[in-house]
Amino acid sequence: MSKKTRTIKVDYLARVEGEGALYIKIDQDKVSDVKLKIFEPPRFFEAFLQGRGFLEAPDITARICGICPVAYQMSAVHAMEDALGIRVEGPLRELRRLLYCGEWIESHVLHIYMLHAPDFLGYEDAIRMARDHKEVVERGLKMKKAGNDIVSLVGGREIHPVNVRVGGFYKTFSRRDFDALHETLKWAREQAMKTVRWVSTFPFPEFEQDYEFVALSDETEYPFNEGRIVSNRGLDITAREYEKHFEEEHVAHSNALHSVKKGGGSYFVGPMARFNLCFDTLSPLARELAREAGLEGGCRNPFQSIVVRSIEVLYAFDEAIRVIENWQKPDRPFVEVEPRAGEGMAATEAPRGMLYHRYKIDESGAILQAKIVPPTSQNQKTIENDLWNFVPAHIDLPQEELTWKCEQAVRNYDPCISCATHFLKLHVDRT
Amino acid sequence: MSRNELLIIGVGNLFRKDDAAGIFVARRLKERMGDAVPVLEHTGEGVTLMEAWKTCSRVILVDAVSSGAAVGVIHRVDAIRSELPVDWFSCSTHNFGIAEAVELARSLDQLPKELRIIGIEGADFSPGEGLSPEVERAARQVVEELVHCVKEGGTDGA
Repeated sequence: MSKKTRTIKVDYLARVEGEGALYIKIDQDKVSDVKLKIFEPPRFFEAFLQGRGFLEAPDITARICGICPVAYQMSAVHAMEDALGIRVEGPLRELRRLLYCGEWIESHVLHIYMLHAPDFLGYEDAIRMARDHKEVVERGLKMKKAGNDIVSLVGGREIHPVNVRVGGFYKTFSRRDFDALHETLKWAREQAMKTVRWVSTFPFPEFEQDYEFVALSDETEYPFNEGRIVSNRGLDITAREYEKHFEEEHVAHSNALHSVKKGGGSYFVGPMARFNLCFDTLSPLARELAREAGLEGGCRNPFQSIVVRSIEVLYAFDEAIRVIENWQKPDRPFVEVEPRAGEGMAATEAPRGMLYHRYKIDESGAILQAKIVPPTSQNQKTIENDLWNFVPAHIDLPQEELTWKCEQAVRNYDPCISCATHFLKLHVDRT
Repeated sequence: MSRNELLIIGVGNLFRKDDAAGIFVARRLKERMGDAVPVLEHTGEGVTLMEAWKTCSRVILVDAVSSGAAVGVIHRVDAIRSELPVDWFSCSTHNFGIAEAVELARSLDQLPKELRIIGIEGADFSPGEGLSPEVERAARQVVEELVHCVKEGGTDGA
């Protein structure tokens, strides 16, 4: 291809959640500009929360995203509990992990089967893929349904769960309530093993990068609700210290703020961060399948994130089964909470990565201030960096193929624009 | 639920103004019809929609749309006979939404026998609560039509 300026433009990025675009300018075979443009309107949920009661935060923030409402609920309840000085332990804490397993399964399976697999198998979308791979798509749908079943039972309904409250749940469960779900999950765990083996055969471009991965971490459990915020470059802080180390920047081309490390630039949250930082706390079965997939030593190629996601799906089924098999019904569905003036912070692990909430409340429990930093805001800069580095190595690809690969590079992150604007359409410019 | 049952699905988001039109219709129908017909409130996420209509032979789905028509216009599409315009639902926060669910179900032979989509043209999809007056008027008209439809057609379908 001759040396000239060209533009890669995708006006409406497909197979991502929400509305965004990508613009890449190539000048004399060198990338001169990359803009991940998020033009879905900012959602102003933080302002919307002011004046509402502290008990309303989980139900209102759940509406930010139809894919990860549990994550919003969990970060909200933990931040409120931090402000109120209470801790939720025992079976109620286990029930929160079970609910989170349901959301990871729903979200990851949707991305693996419906949004990301078509890229590797050469289909424009899952609808066309389904015509040739009917059984595979049906397997994905059934696995996702198993995740729905968890959220539906524990959360009270499939999408925006209504059973979560500050201090615990509105309703809890006896062991017998989980009987049918237990059988479904054991079947689905087998399908999750098949999924890891299926996606690990996909063709992956060579693209290992030196990232700073950031995730919650705990010595004994793979992170959902709690842990210290750590990185592979020495960060080790509590959620209360988050804003001392991270800040949000406004960039003109995006309605979503870019979250960066103070003085240190971009970082990477999500399944690959958790997998690399917390491998030892995966279940033995998940670790075994990770070894089989060749990822025992970690994963630094974002195109392989689909394999990591499939390992997390397997873990989530395994963990959900563990919670159910050890279930002891708690005496009460929630811990009593009394409002008091204060400020609380929490981070939990949404399917796409760490989700930070901070609330300031008055003595009656009314919300004075809310701050929400979703995972896609945190990954935006890393996605742009990937494109800066990916395009030069693939500059000789025909325009159409390069454009597709760039879109795929964005989809590696399963970006949720709806959450972030609180995001995708693609332009590659070549002159 | 038997395969013969009619299911009415109201899709929307209560906190994005006119996007709540389908939920508004679902709630008014429940008030008017009680248990006479199953009515489901839904966010429009595609895979769970496919699951919701799997066991039903007749499905009516109501959602707010953004097609560029005048606000309050009521669109009616027989989804068995024709493809759904994907850009109608661009107000949705789901990339795998209603149009994708209908087409994937078509590929997998999982469409109900009848699938009618009623789209209410919205104007304001910004964060907040409450419908535009024209959208509320159209939503009330859809409620009347559906009450009439259930009373005339019964709930046993066919």
